[in-house]
Amino acid sequence: MNRSLGARLNRDWPLLAMTAPAALLLLVFHYVPTLGNVIAFQDYNPFMGNSALDAFLHSDWIGLGNFETLFDDSAFWDAVRNTLSITLFQLVFFFPLPIILAILLSSVASAKLRSFVQSVSYLPHFFSWVLVITFFVQMLGGAGLLAQELRRHDLPMWDVMTNPSTFIILVTSEAVWKDVGWGTIIFLAALAGIDPSLYEAAAVDGAGRWRRLWHVTLPGIRSVAVLLLILRLGDGLSVGFEQYILQREAVGRQAAEVLDTYVYYQAIIPQQWGLGAAAGLFKAGIGLALILIANKIAHGLGEQGVYSSR
Amino acid sequence: MTTLTSPRLRASTPDRPAWEERPSLADRLVKTMVLGAVVLAVLFPMWSVLVTSLASRTTINAAGGMVVIPREIDLSAFATIFSGGQVTRALLVSAFVTVVGTAVSMVLTVLAAYGLSRPTSFGHRPILLYFLLTFLVYPGLVPSYLVVAGLGLKDSLWALIVPSAVSVFNLVVIRAFFMSIPADLIDAAYIDGAGEWRIMTRIVLPLSKAVLAVVALFYAVGYWNAYFNSVLYIDDNDKWPVQRLLQSYILAGQSPHVTGVPIALPGITAYPPTLAIKMAVVVVTVVPAVLVYPFVQRHFTKGVIVGAVKG
Repeated sequence: MNRSLGARLNRDWPLLAMTAPAALLLLVFHYVPTLGNVIAFQDYNPFMGNSALDAFLHSDWIGLGNFETLFDDSAFWDAVRNTLSITLFQLVFFFPLPIILAILLSSVASAKLRSFVQSVSYLPHFFSWVLVITFFVQMLGGAGLLAQELRRHDLPMWDVMTNPSTFIILVTSEAVWKDVGWGTIIFLAALAGIDPSLYEAAAVDGAGRWRRLWHVTLPGIRSVAVLLLILRLGDGLSVGFEQYILQREAVGRQAAEVLDTYVYYQAIIPQQWGLGAAAGLFKAGIGLALILIANKIAHGLGEQGVYSSR
Repeated sequence: MTTLTSPRLRASTPDRPAWEERPSLADRLVKTMVLGAVVLAVLFPMWSVLVTSLASRTTINAAGGMVVIPREIDLSAFATIFSGGQVTRALLVSAFVTVVGTAVSMVLTVLAAYGLSRPTSFGHRPILLYFLLTFLVYPGLVPSYLVVAGLGLKDSLWALIVPSAVSVFNLVVIRAFFMSIPADLIDAAYIDGAGEWRIMTRIVLPLSKAVLAVVALFYAVGYWNAYFNSVLYIDDNDKWPVQRLLQSYILAGQSPHVTGVPIALPGITAYPPTLAIKMAVVVVTVVPAVLVYPFVQRHFTKGVIVGAVKG
């Protein structure tokens, strides 16, 4: 069916018209700002013109000046360090939990009990971060239920919500509370895809529970786990925004500043646009490198990864 | 066929294949405790918040704060927050953003998904790539902020809707569903002289009700839950959505030195909201998520996400 371009255009223009509004929206709110990142190389001053574009044309180009300022700022490196530690900590202490819970759930014989636990555990995924943190504050905070009980029994106070040294555990617990149940969905699907005759054959051959887990279950969910791991690694410099900005005041900048909050507090509030764009570019660049590396590792492990070069 | 096993014996081994050994007592104990803990960790805080929102001042004072055991049902906190004022206004703002935002998002996403559902159409590959590339390159916070502010959207509720109105992920999900509709159906409509618009509204959309409903609910939950965009774009606290208000009620006074001491927020209330009122705000903020939940549970978890991930 090799029609001429004109004929195809004549036939398909309604489809193009339907796609146009969404494409236009992405142009304005996604691609224009993406290109706008070039102000990272400018001393961007919005008062240099009547519009953002005008100001851009009139602002001075300062080469890598913003990056120099950025890399000289110890607060920036604090934010990078916090971000990376939180990512690593969550890879170790959060990432395996949905897998464990999914295996546990799938071993529950009663379908009713299984679906009840699933339903309940998915619920917090639909809560906003404001709500999740509110629940934590009301349970574990200085005016929360735990503090009330401690006070009543004259026990020493134990406020995790404002303690910088345990902040990394706190944010991980919050993330677990919100998303551990939701995270099981994809693993439950992978588990359901394992051929039951494999289990039966293993059992007939004398493999016990643990050996079946090791030789049948885990290989069965390996590629999904690797895929999710890559996605998480590629996103290693974003640990989520709202969760940190909501708690930064309570635990202080030292512990709670991550790259995204750094941009907000060091660039948007003091209107250091060029600096903020430089930090954004840094993050995007490292993020892209991370996902390429992670994908390479996945190929090395014999997995498909996110994409393949073909 | 008559049953050979007695009912009692069958009840003790539900759905268990013959080759699988019975779990030991310790196994079952650990399993029950873990799953019980998961359920309790989710339901207990919700229960305590609900009970506190319905408690009278004396019950709250007797408990010293959060209440666990209900003594009465006192609706005065809910009466207060729905009687006008900041909370009512914030709820209306959130409702507006959620309803209008979901409508805008659905129209844009469905149209684009349909426009991209014919692999042989004009410019299909480059246009699809244009959409998918948004996953790989993305603007940072600063340029996005400058664009929204530059368009004069600051302090406009449209700033909470338009910039993020199209989720390419949702678009891909809907498109995948549209493409799974048998081509014969669409060809037949062509031959009968129907145009694209007619084919979409009369054939494709009615067949896709389930996936459309799920995507709409996901958009709605996203709009309802959004917090940070209001921090960026809305300075006027008469236009705060409910998440922002909740943050100011619960989290703003939480710095180490004033823990537990509620602070009055200028322009919000003459005196600090009581604990019951705060918890009532939490309850009304949770309710939409809980309401949409059974539906999402039914359709989404089985069909859409698994299909999208596999495909």
